[in-house]
This record gives sequence, structure tokens and C-alpha cells, in this order.
Amino acid sequence: MSYIIDRRLNGKNKSMVNRQRFLRRYRGHIKDAVQDAVNRRSITDMDRGEQISIPTKNTHEPRIGHGQGGRQHRVYPGNKEFNTGDELEKPQGGGGGQGSGQASNQGEGEEDFTFAITREEFLNYLFDDLALPNMVKQSLARTKNFKTRRAGFVSEGTPNNLSVIKSMRNAHARRIGMGAGKRRKLKELYAALADAESRGDPVAANTLKTDIADLERRLKKIPFLDDIDLRYRNQVKVPMPTSKAVMFCLMDVSGSMTQDVKDMAKRFYLLLYLFLERNYEQIEIVFIRHHTSAKEVTEEEFFYSRETGGTIVSSALKLMNEIVQSRYDENEWNIYAAQASDGDNWDDDSPQCAEILRNELLPVVQYFSYIEITPHNHQALWEAYQQVGSEFKSSFAMAQIRGPEDIFPVFRELFSKEQYEEAI
Amino acid sequence: MSNYISTDSDWTFALLEEYDSEIARVAAHYRLDTYPNQIEVISAEQMMDAYSSVGMPIGYNHWSYGKQFLATQKGYQRGQMGLAYEIVINSNPCIAYLMEENTLPMQALVIAHACYGHNSFFKNNYLFRTWTDASSIIDYLVFAKNYVRKCEERYGQDEVEQVLDACHALQNYGVDRYRRPKPISAAEERMRQEEREEIRQQQLNDLWRTLPTKKQNGDAAQKKRKFPSEPQENILYFIEKNAPLLQPWQRELVRIVRKISQYFYPQRQTQVMNEGWATFWHYTLLNHLYDEGKVNDGFMMEFLTSHTNVVYQPGFDSPYFNGINPYALGFNMFQDIKRICEDPTDEDREWFPDIAGKDWLDTLHFAMRDFKDESFIQQFLSPKLMREFHLFSIYDDEAADHYRVDAIHNDNGFRRIRETLARQYDLSVREPNIQITNVDVEGDRSVTLRHTQQDGMPLAGDTYEVLKHIHLLWGFDVHLESWDGDKMLKRMSCPSISVEL
Repeated sequence: MSYIIDRRLNGKNKSMVNRQRFLRRYRGHIKDAVQDAVNRRSITDMDRGEQISIPTKNTHEPRIGHGQGGRQHRVYPGNKEFNTGDELEKPQGGGGGQGSGQASNQGEGEEDFTFAITREEFLNYLFDDLALPNMVKQSLARTKNFKTRRAGFVSEGTPNNLSVIKSMRNAHARRIGMGAGKRRKLKELYAALADAESRGDPVAANTLKTDIADLERRLKKIPFLDDIDLRYRNQVKVPMPTSKAVMFCLMDVSGSMTQDVKDMAKRFYLLLYLFLERNYEQIEIVFIRHHTSAKEVTEEEFFYSRETGGTIVSSALKLMNEIVQSRYDENEWNIYAAQASDGDNWDDDSPQCAEILRNELLPVVQYFSYIEITPHNHQALWEAYQQVGSEFKSSFAMAQIRGPEDIFPVFRELFSKEQYEEAI
Repeated sequence: MSNYISTDSDWTFALLEEYDSEIARVAAHYRLDTYPNQIEVISAEQMMDAYSSVGMPIGYNHWSYGKQFLATQKGYQRGQMGLAYEIVINSNPCIAYLMEENTLPMQALVIAHACYGHNSFFKNNYLFRTWTDASSIIDYLVFAKNYVRKCEERYGQDEVEQVLDACHALQNYGVDRYRRPKPISAAEERMRQEEREEIRQQQLNDLWRTLPTKKQNGDAAQKKRKFPSEPQENILYFIEKNAPLLQPWQRELVRIVRKISQYFYPQRQTQVMNEGWATFWHYTLLNHLYDEGKVNDGFMMEFLTSHTNVVYQPGFDSPYFNGINPYALGFNMFQDIKRICEDPTDEDREWFPDIAGKDWLDTLHFAMRDFKDESFIQQFLSPKLMREFHLFSIYDDEAADHYRVDAIHNDNGFRRIRETLARQYDLSVREPNIQITNVDVEGDRSVTLRHTQQDGMPLAGDTYEVLKHIHLLWGFDVHLESWDGDKMLKRMSCPSISVEL
């Protein structure tokens, strides 16, 4: 006897839990691999899964077995020219494997155990332990958007929300409750009727019969479904944190910024973008580049066109402020800004920059990060910003990047949970 | 008007049913006695899931299964590896998975192979009858999965993982080789769990009691208690019952791993026979259908292509060589037994006087029922097959500079080759012989394991890792001594360093 069952529609991810267990166990290795990948990958290539390699000796499960050596007889198929007593040269570098029964695919080989993680997992590991500063604050402080959510059952509502199962269950309970006494009575009457009939007492039997008919009529009158049974699914409005974000990328494009430096800045922006993308449904990016004057440009222009001339950082900050004022209402948008520069600024301008940040921008942005990409010593701008940083610990951060290998650590540093929590 | 069941290569459920009933009819004709079949059609992804849980339909969660899954997934997605056409589970009803990608002839092959070949083997071979209980395994696996999950909730994932890791390392040393185990039953396990916890604790307390009992007179008190009184080879069992520090739930975990490992014990010993038997029957059953005119030539061509691939045996010097192919050896041996019965030569009459000329079906059923790989080869491998496989035996002595060919497929060599090959399938030769010989009950509570070396073969390199696991379970020092006869070669201790003598 056989049953044929179509199981194709059953879940296919039965191994998901075990896979997660594996990833959890080798978390450290995977994180290292992800960090390596970030530094190795090209800029446009950050947004996909990754092949992870773990040395086999780490994933190996030890078992007791025979090692190499000793004296063994082994049988092989496919003899062509050997005869009894022939001697064969031993291959160099260790014996040729174990007996057939023992051949194992995970012997002592040094090959790495490799497997793929998805884009989602890649990003998870990438941004592990990182948090977007001030997200919580935002959702508590300014909740303008609402989302409806199910919240139990209520007795009043619109027909489209009627919960049939719940209503019928109530009706059933009510029918049982309302009829219980009558049914008990009915049972007694039937018993009495049988008694009367067995005694041969037609008068009593007749009265009983009328009573029974009367009771049954009343039982039938209990409504099958009543208004009070009806239950409706309740929908409540829950305030939702604003899930729109705008990211300002500010960059110095004066002559001193080489393509290398811009690439590093781009990587930083990209990381920030991917990170924001995980937290917000909708993200806009504004690119502002500046030398002595600032201009809003496209991405292409932002990264690849070259300009020369002096540097006035405050021009970019002013422009950003104008754009925020005109297009991004602080109540509706989460505003993030990342500024990259090689630290050059026109000397008298730095105090002005600090001023704009302090009075105009920092009160409205969620987070402003400044990275200085330079192997050299800091200049006036850094010092001015440092002042600002000490005043606005929770919404301003700055760091220096010396080379490409610094990008990810600096990014982590700027967004690490601990630092952020400390700051609050 | 043709008699064919189908002429297409696409399968439908109706056709599967029809093939199944036809094959069942023919199988009954050959007296194949099977559990009822539960045939499940699954997708490739689901097949990968099934793969990575060592073929069990459900199992407790553990990272090593995740590792298996990732390896399978990678191999499959890169196209380095095809998935098996089928997986079959020794349960009642017998569950067989068919992949939806298979063509109709393939599905028919798989049904014949798994649902009638393997199935009848599971039901009738003495090892399976003795060591496994097909009707309760699924229940037990569910019980194990739930129990492990509960432990994780209560004691933490890491704690549980640690114990399971340790048990897995000793998996192959958790089998009672000579005593028939009690059948496992999930309901009973659950019921007895509490009771067992109490009793076990009591026994433990007795074992580890250090207060002298009153009745002891001077002499007996002097004598050291010897424990265990006999060497124990079932290490997991010993740990479950006697480890001084394990929590009751940890003992239960040891027990679960031990029970499941017991369930797979027959499979490890009957690979050649099991695959050979199933292959022999898919070949015989489908040929029977062909002879009856139920399937057409195209069907047979496709079937034979797959069949030939399955039973291909590359020579030792071929790049595809990966040991002796159990399908090839098993299939050819069963075919050969049939030939010896039906059409014996003089050589066969001399080598197999008992079966030459007998009823082939009776003989085949007998061979399937009462043997395991080792004894099956020892009993039935014929000179003719050894010639066909061009078998030869190599002697490898570590001390010598050369390998020596010590037997080839000629009159002087047949017996020797057969013996050597049979030994290759003997679990007690394949796995090092390790037994627990002593526990220092009154002293430092250390446990001593004794490895009896065979043919000078040392233990593999990761033995020390396994010792660490034993140490974790036992809780006190663990010593492992390697002996060659009366000479101790090496003593490893955990925790501490190993000493070469």
C-alpha cells in the first residue's frame, strides 16, 4: 500500500534555524570577512551578498578515528599489470588516503569551508552593533504620521470589520446560556410525561404536553444571532516615527581634493546611505559641493568633476541650511548630514562655520558627521568643529580618515551604539 | 493497441500512482515484503533540507546541520554536485522523497529502488530488525527535538550546544554492539524521564559514596573498589549513567544522541548490501515491466542510462576513483548469486556448494535477511566477480619503503582478497577499539580509556579534541592510553599534556 503526497508547497526553509545556528557560532569569522570585503570591494559593489571562508580546522567536528600509519591491507579494483609480490613506489608526501570505507570529505585538508550569505545578512553583519543616533528621540518627539493596527475586538464597528468567528462564538454561548434553564425544565417535563403515560393518566399527560409545546416554542424563540453577539475587529491608530530621511553629502572639491580622497569620501557616503536605507523607508540624497561657493549637483558631478580654487566651507553649510528651510521640514524629515573635507579652509571662515552649525543646523538635524580625510595635521576647521562637538555630543561627531583602511572603522566608531549611548 | 503505462517523460500524480501499483504487483510476485509506503514529492530546496539533517525528516537544531546545509547548498548552486534522486527513511510507513525535477522513468526507478528495494531491506534484514524500531523513530525524533528545544529555553542555547557537540564527537561510541537495545518509544521516554532522573541520582550517589560503610572489616576496606568491573565500550552510555557532575537534563541529551546513533548503527554496517539490494530490485522490477510490455524502449533507454551510471566502478587509477562503489559491488553480487543459483559453473559448484543450483529467489532473500556487509562479502563474493572487478590487495607497512601487492585475482589470491575486503567493511576494524577501563572512584575521580592498537595504526590527529569533549562531560581528568599488546605506547591526558613513551 502506498500514499503519494505532494509536499512541494510545504516550507522549504526547514534548515533555516540550523543555518542561523551556524552563522551565530561563526559570527566572529563572518564579521571579519565582511569587514575585509568592505575594504576590498569597489564602491558601487557594496550592496550584495558575500562569499565567506572559514578555515576548515575551525568548523571541523572531531571524531575518533585511525590516523595514518601502521600496517594495512587494502583492496582496490581495476588491476591491470600487477602480480603478486610486486612492489610499488610509495607516493611522495604521505600515504594515499585511507581505506575506502574511511575516505572522508573533511579529512585533514586545509581547504577553507566556504559558503554564501545574502545581501541582507551581509548588511546585518556590516552594521552590527551600530545604531542611528537620535532615532528614538525622533519617534517620541515628533509623531505626525499614524498607522492603523489591529487591537483586539470591540462591540461596535462597521460591517466590514465584523469578525464572524468571534460573533458566532458569542451567539453560541448566549444560546447555551439563555436556553439552559428551559432545557432543564423540558427534560423534567418529558420525564414526568413518560411517568404519566406509564401510569395511564391522560389528563396530566395532556397538561404536560401543552407545557412542553409551550417551552419548545419559547426555546425556539431564542434568536440565533443577536445584536449583542456581534464583535468587530478593532483598529487603532498608532503614531509612527517619521520614516523619511534626507541625507546631505557635503564635500570640498577644491584643488587639494584628489580623486583618491574623493573615493574615500564616496565610500563613507555609501556606507551611510546603506545604513540609512535599513532604517528608513524613503531616503533622499542632496549633494552639495563647494570650493569658494557652494552648489547643489548631481551624483555624477559630485564625485567626478574637478574644480579648483580656494575653500570656503561656510558656503556649503549656508546652502544646506537654505535647502532644509525650503524643502525639508524638520518635523517631517529625519535629516542627516555627512561632510567630507581635507581640512583646508579659508582661515577666517572656520568660526563662521561653527556658528552656522551651532545656531542653524544642529538644532534641526538628527546627526551631523564630519570626516577629515588627510594624513596631515589638523587645521583651523577641525579645532572650530571640536568646540561644536563638545557642545552637541549627541548630534555631532567628527573623525579623521588617513587611508582607505580607516573608513569602516571610523564609520563604526561614529555610529557605534556605545558611543552614542554615552553621549546621551 | 499498446499496453504501455505511459509514453511521455513528464510525470503526473496519476501516473506515479499507476507505476507504483504496477511495481507493487511485480514486487509481490518476487515476495518482497515491505512496510506501507509514504511517497512524498518534494522540490530541490526541500531535498537540500532533507540532506542536511542526515536524512531524518525532523531533528533537533544544531549548528552542524547548518554547516551541512551550507555545504550542500553551495555544491548544488555551483553545479558541482547533483542531488540524490531520492532519500528513504527507515520508518513505518516507509517515507521516500522523490524530487520533482526527475523525469517519469527516473521516478519509476526511484519508486522501485527506494519504496520496494530499501523498504524491504529495512523490514527484513536482521540488523534492522534487531537494532531499530521503524514504527517509533519518527515519534522519537519529535520527542528529541522538543526536549532539546525545552532545554535550550531553560538552560540556554550555548549550554545545550556544548553538550551536544561533545556527544556528537563520541557518536560512534554510543552503541551496544552485543545487547539488543530496548525499542525506543517517545511516550515511554517522556513518562520515565522523571523517574529515571531520581533513580539515576541514587545510583550515582552510591557510586560516589566516600564514607566507609559500617560493616566493612579491615580487609575489604583496604581493597580498592574496581570500577567498572568490566571494560566498557559504550562510552556515551557509561557517561550517561556514571558521570559524576552532569545535570539530569544533560544526561538526557547524552541519551538522545546515543539512541539516535543506535538507530543509524545498522545502516553503517549494511551499505553495500542495502544499496546492492535496492539496485538489484529496481533493475529486476523494471525489466519485468518491460518484458510484460508495460514500458517502452525509450523508457528503458533512459532507465538504463541512469542505472549504468549508478553501478559504474572506476579503477583505482581513474581520476573518478573514490573507493569501491557500494552500488556496483552490491548490485553485482546479488546478480551473481542469482547466476550461481540458476546457471552454476564448475568453479561455482566448488566454491558455493550450498547454493549452486538452488532456487535463486529463496537464496537471495536468505542473503538479504541474515547478513551484514562483512559477512555478506565473506560468504558470497565469487571468484568470477573478483576477476570482473580486477580486485587486488595492497599491503602497506609504514616501516617499508614500498607497497606490496599481496594478492591479485587468481587462484592463490581469491580467498585472501575476499577476506581483506570483508574486513574493510567490519566496523570494529574501521573504528579504533577504545574502552573505558578504570575510574579512580576513591581518588581523583579520573577516568581512563584504553585504546588497543590494531596493526600498529595510531589514532587520528584530532583525538585530543575528542578528549576535551569527554572531559567536559565527565568533569574530571580523562586519560587515554594506547596499548600495543602489553606495551603502552602513548598516554594522553586532558587537561594536561600528552607524553610519548
